[in-house]
Amino acid sequence: MSMIKILYFAKLRDQLDCAEEAFEMKAETFSVAELKTALCDRGESWQKAFSDTQVLVAVNQVMATAETQISANDEVGFFPPVTGG
Amino acid sequence: MAVFIQTEDFDVAAFYEALKADAPQIGAIVTFTGLVREFNDDSSVEALYLEHYPGMTEQVLEGLIEEAAKRWPIINATIVHRVGELRPADQIVFVGVNSAHRDAAFAAAEYLMDILKTKAPFWKREQRPEGDKWLDAKASDDERATRWL
Repeated sequence: MSMIKILYFAKLRDQLDCAEEAFEMKAETFSVAELKTALCDRGESWQKAFSDTQVLVAVNQVMATAETQISANDEVGFFPPVTGG
Repeated sequence: MAVFIQTEDFDVAAFYEALKADAPQIGAIVTFTGLVREFNDDSSVEALYLEHYPGMTEQVLEGLIEEAAKRWPIINATIVHRVGELRPADQIVFVGVNSAHRDAAFAAAEYLMDILKTKAPFWKREQRPEGDKWLDAKASDDERATRWL
């Protein structure tokens, strides 16, 4: 079992009505792109949320790309473009 | 090097004094304070709510200061960013940099603000009577940040 933690922030969290979840990966490692595909398979609201905004991703709190590999116990954060300052 | 993420207001003079007390070779201190503007063309907005990614925010900002210190001969830098509920005229962000000469301090302070706005995981939500609205990122902020690539 490769469990990871997924966090959702700001508009994305509101759209998904989910701030945090434990996710079981079906393989030892997963790319960010594969994780997104698995999440989008959950249904229309997930597909819409991940296509609507330019969703950014961080793995273990460092900005990541679609190719970044995720493994057990990693923390993955999904969020919209930032608007601080 | 110091990064503070906090809900409470901050005292610019205290951060300035800390940068001033650092070392005798300091010849320049540049500070920037960002305030919450009167809300854009819409008086129905009651307040702003600032959310962030705890842990990542601090790492990103510390990384920015490290990068600034590689690019310019700065001696020290402080970044303060508030989160939670804010109202017009509230202080929201502070960047302070000290160095031997003004050019490095000016450049580093501007760099820190420009990159903070496009890379640090903060999000603003407007609180309105009819329901809250998340603000969209601005292309102009991205353009400013590309100057430093």
